[in-house]
Amino acid sequence: MDNSAQAPLQTAEDPLFIGGVGLKSRLFLGTGKLGREELIPEIVAAAGVQVITVALRRVDLSDKSGNVLSHIPVHVQLLPNTSGARTAEEAVRIARLARACGTGNWIKIEVINDSVNLLPDGYGTAKATEILAKEGFVVLPYINPDLYVARDLVNAGAAAVMPLGAPIGSNRGLRTKEMIRILIEEIDLPIIVDAGLGVPSHACEAMEMGAAACLINTAIATASDPVHMAEAFGLAVAAGRAALLAGPGRSLVAGASASSPETGKLTAFLEANAASG
Amino acid sequence: MEQKTKELVINGESRLCAAHSLSDLLKELGLGESAVVAEINGKIVSRQDFAVTILAFGDKIELARFVGGG
Amino acid sequence: MTEKSFIPLGDGFFHQLADKKRVFAAAAQKAENAGREDVLRAIGKSVLDEDDFVLLTSPAASRELEALAERALSETLRRFGRAKQLFAPLYLSNYCTNSCVYCGFHAGPGIKRKALSPDEIETELKALAATGLRQVLLLTGDAPKRTGGSYIALAVDMAARYFPTVGIEVPALTLEEYAQIAKAGAGSMTMFQETYDQRLYARLHPAGPKRVFANRLDAPHRALMAGIRQVNFGVLLGLGDWRFDVFMMAAHARFLQRMFPEAETAFSLPRLRPIGERKNGGDENGRVFVPSPVKDRDFVQALTALRCFVPQAGITLSTRESAFMRDRLLPLGVTKISAGVCTGVGGYAQPAPEKTVQFFIDDERSVDEMRDSLGKLGFQPVFSDWLLPEKGELPLSQALRRSLGDLGHHKSRAPF
Repeated sequence: MDNSAQAPLQTAEDPLFIGGVGLKSRLFLGTGKLGREELIPEIVAAAGVQVITVALRRVDLSDKSGNVLSHIPVHVQLLPNTSGARTAEEAVRIARLARACGTGNWIKIEVINDSVNLLPDGYGTAKATEILAKEGFVVLPYINPDLYVARDLVNAGAAAVMPLGAPIGSNRGLRTKEMIRILIEEIDLPIIVDAGLGVPSHACEAMEMGAAACLINTAIATASDPVHMAEAFGLAVAAGRAALLAGPGRSLVAGASASSPETGKLTAFLEANAASG
Repeated sequence: MEQKTKELVINGESRLCAAHSLSDLLKELGLGESAVVAEINGKIVSRQDFAVTILAFGDKIELARFVGGG
Repeated sequence: MTEKSFIPLGDGFFHQLADKKRVFAAAAQKAENAGREDVLRAIGKSVLDEDDFVLLTSPAASRELEALAERALSETLRRFGRAKQLFAPLYLSNYCTNSCVYCGFHAGPGIKRKALSPDEIETELKALAATGLRQVLLLTGDAPKRTGGSYIALAVDMAARYFPTVGIEVPALTLEEYAQIAKAGAGSMTMFQETYDQRLYARLHPAGPKRVFANRLDAPHRALMAGIRQVNFGVLLGLGDWRFDVFMMAAHARFLQRMFPEAETAFSLPRLRPIGERKNGGDENGRVFVPSPVKDRDFVQALTALRCFVPQAGITLSTRESAFMRDRLLPLGVTKISAGVCTGVGGYAQPAPEKTVQFFIDDERSVDEMRDSLGKLGFQPVFSDWLLPEKGELPLSQALRRSLGDLGHHKSRAPF
């Protein structure tokens, strides 16, 4: 990791530790559907991105051009995913192949056997996580925000948990907000919201809630100007995080109003009883 | 030694190749070594072994590389 | 076993004590400068953290007690509706080898000792069940030879024939003993740490097995490992710094709740009444050691803050408190109360022998009277906690545990 140069929107004071690495940016970038992969270095520069996901596919022997790695700056942490895997075994195979590329041991586990909604299979994900964590991978599993699955992942040795905000590519934002909130409270691992975040305010909201980071793909890749959209997401993630750390003020508690005629009723008996202390 | 052409199954397709080692095969296919991961008959071959991995007739070879993904 | 020879559980709360003490000290200091807005902000948060809890039990929050009470009221209503559980304690024996300075049962002359025989236990259970109660709490003093693990397991086994819900409040037992008792049908255990201040604890427990602080501290953990489903924590208010003790108690419960997500955690808030009051069960001179009496106002603050900090936990209020207090605290967080109580040995089939009580009761309402009172106050008296079949079939907790696999493993089951 390049520690000397610090891009804009990166902060050294509030690092996110995953797999022993202290990340200065809490915006992860997905590169699917980007098309113009030559934009990646500009995106990294504009948004301060430090983690980028890629997929593993068979080489197309009739069209050998294009190697996404050639566009990814050397100091960026690569996060290959196991997209295409329909079972735990397939995910494990893809992970091992990805590691053989020599670019690190991080892996995002996606086990999806649902072509309609692309929802992940929590059971298969947990199974793959346990196997790969034992083999020394830094495992970031992608799941539906389910507390039981998340607990299994903690026990299986995951380095973080990545619950979806909404189905992949839907850009519908934090549809699963309540469930993600529960994960943030109950699970002692970084919670990285992945999938479904459509606009920067979604990402900001996730960070204000206490998410450790956000992974954005479709919203950036399909924007008219991916570089500036990435920058906007970077600002939003940083803003949400800063707001969380600044300690938001009080919001009104339902029913607790100073002008309510019920005020003073619940504890009035203490005054009456004061003599017997 | 004579260079025999071998029938190999590469990414699911049958091909006749003259390559002796995996390194040779990648050169024959026009692929850079650094970008590719390889599996032969279900076993991953680490990059440092490409040059010394000798291909046999009928070997099933999977060649994969990173692409954009979410 | 001595304090030196006892080895606490490696992943137990004992190893958290130092850190939690630091958290409390830092938060308490911060609370000294807290203003009204800070307190109201904490009250308004949907999920409280440890610092918030210390703030809400601090003197600063005492000024906003009504707001705290309102939050506690709404939290209780949301989680528990208007249901209030009823139970009664059955003291099986008051033989005790400890010398707890504050307790009516402490070893020494002046108290009539009795342990119920199996037949007597049966008689008492029958009589108690006839009142309509379906939840019983079995208690003993600390006398391992006379009323140890197997005596307790036998009593649980018998009680499970009359009551779907059986709890125990007994000295710290071993993992094996808890497993035996769980198998016999106990669904809950109660363990008051009394105080989490180790120096004070040592002074209060000069002799007997209870001296070993860490053994008592780990008991709830062992019980959960053994498959007991619910653990009831408590500190004796009036011994030490109540703010510190209530904080540590809550931290202890949350620590174990995180480790055993399927378990139920609950609290009791027994409060010693000041010296001089006959209604406390002291030594033969009526003297009881109460170093730091807790005022009513502080007691309400402890209850309401606890309700806000651990919203899912049940809170029990015993008959140490008067009917007046109990009625007014029910809406603010109490979810379980006793009725028709005798705190002497036995006492349901026939009156307990004089001079055997642990403490004097300040609310003498019978089960029927309590049921009526609850109704008038707008509450729903609940006798059975879960739907459990009669004895003979496996209680739900055991069947569930069996399907989860091993009784002994406390980590959540492997993914496959």
